[in-house]
Amino acid sequence: MLLQRFLIRLLTMLVTLFGVAVVVFVVIRVAPGDPIAMMLPPGATDADIARLRALYGLDKTIVQQFFIWLSGVVRGDFGTSISLRQDVLSLVLNRLPATLELATFALLMAVAIGGTAAILGARERGTAVEAGIDIASGTALAIPDFLWGLVLILLFGVLMPVFDISGRVSPQLDLPFVTQFYLVESILRLRFDLTWDLLKHMLMPAVALALPLAAIITQLLKQSLKEVLDLDYVVLARVKGFSETQVILREALKNAALPTLTLVGVQFTFLIGGTVIVERLFSYEGLGNMAIDAVINRDLPLIQGIVLVFALLFVLINLAVDMMYALLNPRLRHG
Amino acid sequence: MDEARMARRGVGPRLWLAGGWLLLALLAAILAPLIAPQDPLAQDLMLERLPPFWLDGAEPGYWLGTDSLGRDLLSRLIFAGRIAFIVAFAAAIAACLVGSALGLIAGYFGGWADRIISRIVDIWMAFPPVLFAILLVAVLGTGLSSVIIAIAVIDWTRFCRVIRAEAMGQSRMDYVENARIAGYGRIGIMLREVLPNVVPSIVALLSLDMGIAVIVEAILSFVNLSISTDDPTWGGIIAEGRLSIHQAWWVLVFPLITLILTVLSFSQFGEALKARFDPVLR
Repeated sequence: MLLQRFLIRLLTMLVTLFGVAVVVFVVIRVAPGDPIAMMLPPGATDADIARLRALYGLDKTIVQQFFIWLSGVVRGDFGTSISLRQDVLSLVLNRLPATLELATFALLMAVAIGGTAAILGARERGTAVEAGIDIASGTALAIPDFLWGLVLILLFGVLMPVFDISGRVSPQLDLPFVTQFYLVESILRLRFDLTWDLLKHMLMPAVALALPLAAIITQLLKQSLKEVLDLDYVVLARVKGFSETQVILREALKNAALPTLTLVGVQFTFLIGGTVIVERLFSYEGLGNMAIDAVINRDLPLIQGIVLVFALLFVLINLAVDMMYALLNPRLRHG
Repeated sequence: MDEARMARRGVGPRLWLAGGWLLLALLAAILAPLIAPQDPLAQDLMLERLPPFWLDGAEPGYWLGTDSLGRDLLSRLIFAGRIAFIVAFAAAIAACLVGSALGLIAGYFGGWADRIISRIVDIWMAFPPVLFAILLVAVLGTGLSSVIIAIAVIDWTRFCRVIRAEAMGQSRMDYVENARIAGYGRIGIMLREVLPNVVPSIVALLSLDMGIAVIVEAILSFVNLSISTDDPTWGGIIAEGRLSIHQAWWVLVFPLITLILTVLSFSQFGEALKARFDPVLR
């Protein structure tokens, strides 16, 4: 049952990825301007043009071109970046860890803030505390990450300059890292001075990304908790003499968390989408920042590669959440 | 919930505050050539980085100060509002028409129509929206119509998903069944019975989406990929402000406040409208 569900989801995922590849290919091929003409020096002959056209496969039909390109992508050949003159896949893989660390850190922060606020709001339901949490989460949700980033830059970059608002790590530091997962590696190497420097750079962009998601978690989890708190078994726990906080943490939370979990999965992909502009805002050297440079430089192979990697990330997250939901939901587990 | 109680819950003031700000900003944008104190494009290096009026060194007539080229900030904000509102209305309405139509078809007809439309929505959801918009503008070339098209293309799924779910719920209701027994055609039922019932959701989403369009336009102009002329945009002013943040904080603060108020107002206005139109609450 679970395996069948997994296989169906895997198949849908492949269809989605194929669709993404088609859309990316079409969008980039309708770009006005001849890519060959831009590459040639002035005074090139018609024969030169034809030769270059054949070299890049542009003399074939658009459908043939698509499948030639796709077969390369499937083998991991994303082409060569025009602006950076390097293999697209290695460029993307080099930048991806920075974005993954930022997004994961932001997700953890959102869960911590949102979870705490939801539990507090459910415990203090009907009071001014809950009303305050409602207003705060409503505001956090209505203002997008781009604007939160700017607010944080003003508050903690200018007014009280306590955190770094530019880059991933202080440029004067000597980095001993062999992977691009700087934060993870700094902890593993027990270089906590570097960990601290990385966190000081990561905190502001991560908060900007986390606030809207924290608000969603607060609202949904609080709602689910309040519904569960009226059920018999919770009332029983209360009668047994557990305090309200104990009742929430020990009894209500595990049954109320499931709808939130599903939503967090979808929202996590939105958060990753937000890294594109937030990284730009904080000059953080991740995938999103590279994507914007690629667009500005009209580096089509690099853009294609980055968009496909984002899409792969999104569908994998959705698949993981779906599987987790199936594993945790008793009705599906035994169904 | 009766109407008096709704009013007491603060739908009224919220609607008025949000609507008031939007009306003010819209009027300022429309009347920009009449009310802007200065020419928004006029550079004067003698007047560079003047602070806002309450600080030492301010010049009369430059209420919110000037940027690093000596251009009047208030006038630039007012003129930039024109682009923001044109994009907000045009992009949100385009996204609404496409998304609502597809959502209504998918939700009401179900079956193959639903499967195909839902698959397309899935594909769209696998794109990072901001990157998709930036890519589209880069491909289409900068300009007002490119920005509007790009935002509509990335945002129609929002309408599609919500309206699909609503139409699906409505089509299971008794009144739809009754209409079918009474001999109405499927398309007739969809347009005459189901559509009016999802209009409150559409209106609320439309207002919310205008706020999102304003933000996306600001992001596009922040990365210098919006309109190609010299006309000021909120995102463009923010980009200048981000660069000169340690010399002239006001160049970042005022457009930021303008954007936050506008986005909050669009979303609050949408929520309040929804509460007012919702047949269950009414």
